Amino acid sequence: MTITLNVNGQNHQVDAEPDTPLLYVLRDDLELNAAKYGCGLGQCGACTIMIDGKAALSCVTPLLVAEGREITTVEGLGTIENPGPIQQAFIEKQSAQCGYCIAGMMMSAAALLKHNPKPSDDDIRSALRTNLCRCGTHMRIMAAIKRASELMEQAAVPAATNRSAG
Amino acid sequence: MRFLRAISILLTLAVIAAVGFLLIGWRSEIPPDNQAANAQYPPDLVAKGAQLAAVGNCIACHTEPGQEAFAGGLPVPTPFGTLYSTNITPDPETGIGRWSEAAFVRAMREGVDREGNHLYPAFPYDHFTWVTGEDNKALYAFLMTREPVKATAPANDLVFPLQFRPLLVGWNLLFLREGGMQPDTSQSEEWNRGRYLAEGLGHCGACHTPRNAFGAEDRNHHFGGGEAEGWQAYAINASSHSPVPWTVDSIAFYLRNGWHELHGVSRGPMAEVTGNLGLLPDSDIRAIATYVASVMGEPSPERKEKGERLTRSFGNGGANITTAALDENKASADLSGHPGAAIYGAACATCHESGRPQPYGGLNFALSTAVNAPNPQNIVNVVMFGLPPGDGQPSAVMPAFGNTLNDRQVADLLGYLRARFSDQPAWTGLTDLVAKTRSGEYPVTVLASDGIERAPKNVGAKE
Ligand code: FES
Ligand code: FES
Repeated sequence: MTITLNVNGQNHQVDAEPDTPLLYVLRDDLELNAAKYGCGLGQCGACTIMIDGKAALSCVTPLLVAEGREITTVEGLGTIENPGPIQQAFIEKQSAQCGYCIAGMMMSAAALLKHNPKPSDDDIRSALRTNLCRCGTHMRIMAAIKRASELMEQAAVPAATNRSAG
Repeated sequence: MRFLRAISILLTLAVIAAVGFLLIGWRSEIPPDNQAANAQYPPDLVAKGAQLAAVGNCIACHTEPGQEAFAGGLPVPTPFGTLYSTNITPDPETGIGRWSEAAFVRAMREGVDREGNHLYPAFPYDHFTWVTGEDNKALYAFLMTREPVKATAPANDLVFPLQFRPLLVGWNLLFLREGGMQPDTSQSEEWNRGRYLAEGLGHCGACHTPRNAFGAEDRNHHFGGGEAEGWQAYAINASSHSPVPWTVDSIAFYLRNGWHELHGVSRGPMAEVTGNLGLLPDSDIRAIATYVASVMGEPSPERKEKGERLTRSFGNGGANITTAALDENKASADLSGHPGAAIYGAACATCHESGRPQPYGGLNFALSTAVNAPNPQNIVNVVMFGLPPGDGQPSAVMPAFGNTLNDRQVADLLGYLRARFSDQPAWTGLTDLVAKTRSGEYPVTVLASDGIERAPKNVGAKE
């Protein structure tokens, strides 16, 4: 079947079976390779993306349920030249060891920060409990998410100050 | 005039009734024992009390998720309003630090606190009344040696006139059998031990027996299936919907390990129960299993035959699972065009038809009580919220699909599972049920699947 997918704000026509995992379509058809294939069973979190601003596992998301919804992948968080605050924070804190889990970690973090801009350690642990990292960089990932929260706050502050000054 | 007289008669009667309740219901205060919390208790008595507290699952209600153990304050929603569990740590001001053993025993047997107030039966004293003096002694020693925590629970929020505690006298007259039942001499010692634990401290019926309009267990439907914290507590009597009938062995294994290869993993509030039972000796677990299996009784020949067939396909640690086995129960009608088929194929089948053994592989739905149960709430909960992993130890885990699937899609999927994996009639009102579960209008407590500790936060519907 042909369906229209909205990924990172852009519409794509995709021709695939309705039960194709969204992860395969993102990587193979759209060549968006940030989301990773870890287990294919919804157990590791490497394939995490956002659907309508909430974290979801693309390896167990059938293509048909993605129609008409807003999909976000790490490519939608910023570019190499102009990384977004979450990417910036992960670079600053050097959170990647092998890096395989990091795209999923960033997407879970993005979904968390969206509705909870200043998460506690507990909030982070509980939001990312289904993202596994076999290299053990958890402490740096925690640090990066806290840093991302700061960067996002800083990005929001000048605008607010300007408004009150004006 | 006549009207006025009628009113005054009614009022007088009401006053007499109220005074009557007060008199019958009046319980004296048991004087505070200021030494209770400082007393010494023999370590083996405390250890025994710890086991018994695990059977009673005291920690589940008397602990707020992520807060100090036994400090109370957990909201317990009831059809009559919200109750808050009490602090049962030995703090003298806010806990039970000044309760003598006699006061503790009275609370367990009669549902009356140290000061003489009637307790609400959300505290299952209608079960705890079975507990022997010896076991109460151990429980008391265990609780009095916990870390005291200063914590006052919020005030209860009940519908009028239930704030008036003496009304509970009426409830007790109707529904409390003080002291429980005498041992049944026609049954084995093991059976009697099992009944004592299951009907008493274990209070299985508090969740697994449906409740009447007064919130009391309906004795005519003992173990006939009830509800707890947004989860269905399945029928564990002759009307069990488990595709493979339970046996003493399978119940004992399930209670011991929190899963069984032909029944799947325990979850929701039952995960806490199986988590806690880990402390119990095998003999007690076996006794409970013996009793519960006897309440379930012999399955009908058809159920038995179906159970044997499923066991041949899926038992033995998954060694027998073949493609033919995986097609077990495939309805004769072609379901490939069903709107839930593609969702099942991509979202569920990868684990649930993988043939990997329990508890880490998905259970084949041909074995699923959830798919065969009359009420779909449990499978709605599991699809929406998944099974969150336990903290720091291996546990069953399932991803939550609440963010992936909309209400209609969840309903389609469940309709497909029901059509393909059960011979029961289709569920109705699924989309609405999913919407209410998602919005939190129907509140569901979501617990980590190891169940020993409550998850640090209730990753519940309200999030
Ligand atoms: S690849 Fe999707 S969770 Fe592992
Ligand atoms: S950095 Fe290697 S898996 Fe996380």
